[in-house]
Amino acid sequence: MSPADVPLWAALPAALLLVCGGLLTVVGSLGLLRLDAFYARIHAPTMGSTLGAGCILLASMLTSSAIAGRPVIHELLITVFILITSPVTAMLLMRAAIFRSKD
Amino acid sequence: MNAILPWSVHFALACFALAMVFALIRLLRGPAAQDRVLAFDTLYINGMLTILMLGIGTGSAVYFDIALLIALFGFVGSSALAKFLLRGEVIEP
Repeated sequence: MSPADVPLWAALPAALLLVCGGLLTVVGSLGLLRLDAFYARIHAPTMGSTLGAGCILLASMLTSSAIAGRPVIHELLITVFILITSPVTAMLLMRAAIFRSKD
Repeated sequence: MNAILPWSVHFALACFALAMVFALIRLLRGPAAQDRVLAFDTLYINGMLTILMLGIGTGSAVYFDIALLIALFGFVGSSALAKFLLRGEVIEP
């Protein structure tokens, strides 16, 4: 049941996806720290919250399917939820920033 | 058996810890309120991914529910904060 027992055909792409997701997320947060205007900063974390989260959730699906021996797809729930809610939050925040910079 | 998956889990955990530190610095330093809300948004998504990473690392299914709850309440919190910045109140009469 531990991750060391996952067979190699699932462990190799899962490891690749985990490394890619971690690097994408850290680059997105570095952009949040380093960029100099709010309108530039709102772009950076979307990389971590869409592509990074997608990579991690795909890797989680892969490993739990390989451990259970059958397709386990309940991580799709988090993926769909993040994909729906992240643009809503970004749009509300951008409207708030435009409204607050007006006066 | 093969040590590639635990190694990559630890690498991704280190990446998420670094990303949470970056978001926390922006949360403490942000010049305007919308910067702080954006940093909070990034922070809860990174925390949710960290919980999922612990779920992969231990092979337990409990962490999935925690990650789903963090995603749900984080969305509620950050959209309520953005609505408050936009209109001055969250629930309008």
